[in-house]
Amino acid sequence: MNNVLAAVCGLLFGVGLAMSGMTDTAKVQGFLDLFGAWVPDLAFVMGGAVLVTLAFTRPVLKRARPLFAAQFDLPANKQVDRKLVLGALCFGVGWGLYGYCPGPAVAALAYLQWHTLVFVVLMLCGMWLADKLKDRF
Amino acid sequence: MSYGLPLLGGVIIGLAAILLLLGNGRIAGIGGIVWGAASAPAGSLWRWLFLLGMILGTYLFHQFSGQPAPVRGGDSLLLAGVAGLIVGFGVKLGNGCTSGHGVCGLGRLSLRSLVATVSFMLSGIATVAVVRHILGVA
Repeated sequence: MNNVLAAVCGLLFGVGLAMSGMTDTAKVQGFLDLFGAWVPDLAFVMGGAVLVTLAFTRPVLKRARPLFAAQFDLPANKQVDRKLVLGALCFGVGWGLYGYCPGPAVAALAYLQWHTLVFVVLMLCGMWLADKLKDRF
Repeated sequence: MSYGLPLLGGVIIGLAAILLLLGNGRIAGIGGIVWGAASAPAGSLWRWLFLLGMILGTYLFHQFSGQPAPVRGGDSLLLAGVAGLIVGFGVKLGNGCTSGHGVCGLGRLSLRSLVATVSFMLSGIATVAVVRHILGVA
């Protein structure tokens, strides 16, 4: 059941990404282009998604356990630390450079373009590198 | 400007995240799911299924909506690779991306996620400003 639900959630997530324009790098870069020809569309994506999670996360977490798992698996770290800020700043640079964040990059593999595959493979390399070097930050 | 489809798409993304939390107790942070799938493939069937579902969902949306797939033209593989490397490094170091921190984290009122989201929005905006308006490329 766990696996079926994961596939269904992934499917929904992919439909949402494609529908909202998040897999369109031109739109994403246009949204980040606050000092140029700003394309506000993607503010509605984030707004719509966060409205839903804001409304439902709390009631869901009030449950003793998830429907098909023993417990909720939530991040334990509550510290706002240097790694968090440096990592997020770094991620934003790559996001702005090309217009893909991880979700849309994976979803866009559906378009069968070499660029997307190269992006995703190198993204994995970047994750591996950060995993190796994270104690130095 | 169009806001109907972005808004509906955003709501669907939010619902997918809530459904994964309600059913499996998992955060729909795609950066974390990708890393888990690649670094610990043995216990990660659900992660692979989620990611394959995402690709299929995107494919099906374009099939049934008739909206053309957004194809990038003419840019270099080098740019894609460099940007991917930076994104991967940052997401792993900061422990989350647009979905993990932005959608799920803000939804559960996590201070870490708020700080991360503001940080990557600002650096994303700054990067596009520098690339487009100072360097004058793309």
